[in-house]
Amino acid sequence: MIDVKHIYKTFYVPHEVKALVDVSNTIEAGEVVVVIGPSGSGKSTFLRCLNRLETADHGQILVDGVDIFDPKTNINKVRAEMGMVFQSFNLYPHLSVMGNVTMAQKLVRNRPKKERDEKALMLLEKVGIANKAKAWPSNLSGGQQQRVAIARALAMDPKIMLFDEPTSALDPEMIGEVLEVMKTLAKEGMTMVCVTHEMGFAREVGDRVIFMDEGMIVEEGTPEHFFKNPTHDRTKLFLKQIL
Amino acid sequence: MKQNISNIKRLSNPFAYVLSVCGFFVLLFMVIGSVYYATVAVDYHWRWFKVPQYFMYQPDITLYSEGFGEIESVSPNKDKFDVTVTTDAGERTYTVPKGSFDWTEGDLVSPGDMIATYEGDWQPGILAKGMWVTLKISFISTIFGILLGIIGGVARVSDTPVLKWSSITYVEIIRGSPLLVQIMIFYFVLGTTMNKILLMNGIPKLDPEWYGIMALSVFTGAYVVEIVRAGIESIHPGQVEAARSSGMTYFQCMFHIILPQALRTILPPLAGQFINLIKDSSLLGMISIRELTKATREGITTSLQTFELWIVCAILYLMMTFTLSMCVQYLERRTATR
Ligand SMILES: Nc1ncnc2c1ncn2[C@@H]1O[C@H](COP(=O)(O)OP(=O)(O)OP(=O)(O)O)[C@@H](O)[C@H]1O
Ligand SMILES: [Mg+2]
Repeated sequence: MIDVKHIYKTFYVPHEVKALVDVSNTIEAGEVVVVIGPSGSGKSTFLRCLNRLETADHGQILVDGVDIFDPKTNINKVRAEMGMVFQSFNLYPHLSVMGNVTMAQKLVRNRPKKERDEKALMLLEKVGIANKAKAWPSNLSGGQQQRVAIARALAMDPKIMLFDEPTSALDPEMIGEVLEVMKTLAKEGMTMVCVTHEMGFAREVGDRVIFMDEGMIVEEGTPEHFFKNPTHDRTKLFLKQIL
Repeated sequence: MKQNISNIKRLSNPFAYVLSVCGFFVLLFMVIGSVYYATVAVDYHWRWFKVPQYFMYQPDITLYSEGFGEIESVSPNKDKFDVTVTTDAGERTYTVPKGSFDWTEGDLVSPGDMIATYEGDWQPGILAKGMWVTLKISFISTIFGILLGIIGGVARVSDTPVLKWSSITYVEIIRGSPLLVQIMIFYFVLGTTMNKILLMNGIPKLDPEWYGIMALSVFTGAYVVEIVRAGIESIHPGQVEAARSSGMTYFQCMFHIILPQALRTILPPLAGQFINLIKDSSLLGMISIRELTKATREGITTSLQTFELWIVCAILYLMMTFTLSMCVQYLERRTATR
């Protein structure tokens, strides 16, 4: 479903950082991939390259066979099929919860009002906050905001969901409710790429774990392999620190 | 209760407060009083009672006979009279109010004889007309200024060189020269050329007002570009990422996500800009547009009431700008509720 072929990304401002170095990977349809690694290891950059929020310096990414770095590709079409959830929620503060979930349906999918409202209510029900449909984002708790953000992404009927540390900005008591929604999604067969430090989540629903360090994929494998007998020293060190 | 900036507790005593308020009014009256006495000392005769006619007046109308002849007929026409005069210059009928003439049928008239004299209908005076022109020009320029500013501002923050550089060039050129010079260029350079081209194509030439409006819109637009840019840049980049990652185009993201949020930051400096626009429109008198300032000048040349009219002129500007800032404060409170 997603083919990442030898991508490189270097930032030059404020100083030179090799964020991605020769990263290749293939993500199959229905797979749940969990990306872990220390801070600054390039996890976010990798994820953001998948929908071209960052452009790689070299290499190729094929999403359903479409080369997304090709200037001729209509990136908006590709992005419409990929939902993204951010660490800082990024809800639109000037719109109600309903407005947040319906805006892209209206602008990108051109759905009639009735259809997009139904879709929004159905998804808010699914993430467990249908009663907040008329609320403003600023009046919601972090966990509720993140669930709205997930509903907002799902409203586009994406084929792939990208999560960038969706629970890192949350108070501990709210992490569970967001993870619960993500687990449901995973069990429904959604293709997911999740950057997260939630090892429990990785164990329970992850099909594959990727460990990144200094812009490279150091090790990858099934959760059992990964957590029971990691082969690389850096992986062992990281797991010792985090577990 | 509203928090005071100063943490020093002043005037907690109500008596001191009242005294201080009185002090303000004493000061005010002293300033006004000394100005008044100074003008009396230089023998200026205040004639405020003559000011209202610059807003509304009834013109004195006097009609004269155009040649030798006689009064053909005098017949009532509703509450007025039709006076028909036949002279060697032809037959004419004047409709005049009762009591404004003293003729009966068959009277002879010679050229220059007064046929009737009366007060005409109420008409707006020169200041009222000038104020209307100022309001009209400011309003239209505001609309165009906002349009230019939003287009320019969105272009300014885009990555496309043709948009970004055009916007920067526009802003830098306009902000780098005086408005008066720009008005002159718009009227005497652009206006002359354009009117010539229009005439060559058989289209009547444009009114100076339109060149004035163009100059003011382009000038204000350049400042609005910077205001809009600052507003857009005040929005967290995560908003753009969220919108774009859901497949919205750059412009959809701008107009549905970013600009509505930026509005709150944009509104206060925008209001200041439009208050400036009202005041700057006073320069348009230079290209023979009879806005409030020019109207005041013309009023003074005929009446010599220099002091009263300039003071009235200033008060009228104050009223316009004050009303605008009130409206904007109301809008700000409306948008700040979330
Ligand atoms: N827009 C940018 N400009 C400059 N440098 C950047 C930019 N984005 C990321 N970097 C740098 O690239 C490196 C990788 O960043 P990235 O955000 O991908 O790491 P991460 O693994 O997501 O870390 P974290 O766990 O802290 O989110 C870091 O050193 C970071 O400073
Ligand atoms: Mg990150």
